[in-house]
Amino acid sequence: MAELAIELIGVNKHFGEVHANKNITFGVRKGTVHGIIGENGAGKSTLMSIIYGYYQADSGTIKINGKAERIRSSHAAIGLGIGMVHQHFMLVDPFTVLENIVLGAEGGVTLEGSLAAARTHLQKLNQDYGLQVDPDAIVGELGVGTQQRVEILKTLYRGADVLILDEPTAVLTPQEADDLFRILRLLRDQGKTVILITHKLREVLDITDDVTVMRAGEIVGQVRTADVTKEDLADLMVGRKVNMHLDKAAAVPGKKVLSVSGLNLVDSRGVALLKDIGFDLHAGEIVGIAGVSGNGQSELLEVLSGMREATSGSVQFKGMELATLKTREPKAAAYRKLGIAHIPEDRSREGMVKDFMTFENAILGYHDDPSVRRGFLFNRKAIIERCRRFIDEFDVRPALTHRRIGLFSGGNQQKVILAREIHANPDLLLIGQPTRGVDIGAIEFIHKRLMQLRDEGKALLLVSVELDEIMALSDRIIVMNGGAISGELPAAEATATSLGLLMGGHK
Amino acid sequence: MDMIFSVLDATLRVSTPLVLAALAGLFSERSGVVDLALEGKMLAAAFAAACVAYIAQSPWVGLGAGIAAGMAVAMLHGVVSITYNGNQLISGVAINMMVSGVTPVLALAWFQQGGRTPTLSDEARFTAIDLPFADAIAHSPALKTFFGHNILVYLALLLIFVVSWVVYKSRFGLRLRAVGENPHAADAAGISVKGVRYMAQAIGGALCGVAGAYLVLAQTGAFIQDMTAGKGYLALAALIFGKWRPWSAVLGCLIFAFTDAIQIRLQGVELPLIGSIPDAFIQALPYVLTVVLLAGFMGRAVAPKAIGVPFVKSR
Repeated sequence: MAELAIELIGVNKHFGEVHANKNITFGVRKGTVHGIIGENGAGKSTLMSIIYGYYQADSGTIKINGKAERIRSSHAAIGLGIGMVHQHFMLVDPFTVLENIVLGAEGGVTLEGSLAAARTHLQKLNQDYGLQVDPDAIVGELGVGTQQRVEILKTLYRGADVLILDEPTAVLTPQEADDLFRILRLLRDQGKTVILITHKLREVLDITDDVTVMRAGEIVGQVRTADVTKEDLADLMVGRKVNMHLDKAAAVPGKKVLSVSGLNLVDSRGVALLKDIGFDLHAGEIVGIAGVSGNGQSELLEVLSGMREATSGSVQFKGMELATLKTREPKAAAYRKLGIAHIPEDRSREGMVKDFMTFENAILGYHDDPSVRRGFLFNRKAIIERCRRFIDEFDVRPALTHRRIGLFSGGNQQKVILAREIHANPDLLLIGQPTRGVDIGAIEFIHKRLMQLRDEGKALLLVSVELDEIMALSDRIIVMNGGAISGELPAAEATATSLGLLMGGHK
Repeated sequence: MDMIFSVLDATLRVSTPLVLAALAGLFSERSGVVDLALEGKMLAAAFAAACVAYIAQSPWVGLGAGIAAGMAVAMLHGVVSITYNGNQLISGVAINMMVSGVTPVLALAWFQQGGRTPTLSDEARFTAIDLPFADAIAHSPALKTFFGHNILVYLALLLIFVVSWVVYKSRFGLRLRAVGENPHAADAAGISVKGVRYMAQAIGGALCGVAGAYLVLAQTGAFIQDMTAGKGYLALAALIFGKWRPWSAVLGCLIFAFTDAIQIRLQGVELPLIGSIPDAFIQALPYVLTVVLLAGFMGRAVAPKAIGVPFVKSR
């Protein structure tokens, strides 16, 4: 047995009623890349927060390099050589790279000396690990991939031997992810230990040496990566057989439903968010929009759903020009009535009201529907009845109409929203990040349902940052970069590499 | 010529408490805590300085009391905003209202002079400092403009340099700015966000203390009800105008002070064509200017990102 960099024995953590970590026992071999996978809420983050000193375990032992330690703060963790790269970067945007790296680890009372010392040290780290980061660049102006390297540099500067990375590829293009993995391998080869928290199975198989699988706060599997397949890991994560493969019949595109051309959006500061967007969408077809988040996809959905007005351009829905459409009610409501349903990207902000009950959320946006009204008032019975049907049909759990929707899991929230939007029998569905924060079981369900809608002859526009999802569902794929369409290709011809290049703006 | 010097002289005198308060606000706001309470801190300090200087017959003891009072009020703002994650705006406004109400009541109870404190004798005030070449100064209005002030004016000037250095060149400054921009990043780097914010409050409270003490010990010689008259808000406006940078904020203070000095000159003066303008309009000039400057510059001012947001650990 190789030496262990980190070993946990019988660690437990409760948050009130919730047993977030149950009797966790596992070890991370020194000089390896160790993957920790599990669905949302499986307890991965809690576990890492315990190791990094954000939380104290209720019971159990943590050993660092074979020695039992009490890690009471992130400061203590850093002192023990543990570094963390958070999913949401912990960087101060207006500061330079150097200032960010020095922050919290300054030498003396004045900055000058510590910045100079850091500069020298940084150059060495830059060289050793091929990181290529300019110490004087303003962090806020750097790309996400580079910002992530700054985070890695921060931990190395503090002398980290163990690096914990929390969902590091969530914001990266596939090429940037490859770059990151190259750096991680280099780190491993130089004797560092890397812990990678992720839910992307492909990455785990790509780069890790060992995998620990978590489900519902427990460890359900500890394996050598070389010994398992993607399917094995998925089954372990979910706790039952998962059909990862989506059966997709060839699409039978019908009439043109949506035709967008020359669409531009400029915000109040004069920044062009959408540049000359144009595409067609037919009935019985799913068009996927791929791209690193923040490249105009959100704005496109906002414009098409009527939440935001385009600066110029034409949007034709079933031959009707929407751009010049005069409506008495807000556009989003008018579009809904025309047959455009919208499942917003940011579910909790735009898709539902967290503190409302399930049944109230079940009619949100369709509250003018005569079938749920009785004159000026709501027909409560009809609403609850409708919600009940949604719950049955979409297998929402727990099956409660009178429960605040914020208390449901992401997957079940999404099911309610999906049910609501489909109920109006729209011709066009705008779908943003359908499976963000949704567990694998529910992903399977939602994907099947979307395919079914396509086969019923609906037109679906799918925006997702998950390339796997885009490739699995779409018939055609449009890639956006910097607010413009950087390419379009049939799903059959798309690979992660070809899409990744387009996502990075290479034509 | 004399007119110009006397306006400049007045500008320096009037700007001193503004500068001190703006620097105080800079610490607080750069740490991410909105500081509407500048007004209250100054007023409390003015009151404490007036009482203690009167009893002790010493401006220095009075100054110490002012600083202590400023810091005490700052700690109250800190407890509400930092420890209990309260609404910083409400805390600030509440503090201002409270201090504005409590001080005249106490003054009335202690000194029975209608909410004022007794006028201080010269020994208990800061007067123009005696320089070796005092005679030369007395005869030259130009020199008097720059060298004929009390020690607090020069202290304020010195503090501008010190604060700039601290904010941009010291470890504390780096942490202060980090905490105000992204407290979660600072926290992850092992910095105590609450600690830095309390420290900023303490420093700000002390600076407000000097500012408030100045009003009494160097200007009026007694505490008068609501004597700060919006200076805390003006200082805050100057700070925002200066985009939370020390020298630019000082510039803002000088502009306000300059307008104030001019408005005093303009009162009752017959202007060609227009004739005499009612004093009320002229007195409103600095405040009108505040609105104009802020409206004109707000769009481009980038506040510390975490300002006004209580820090709650993300995990």
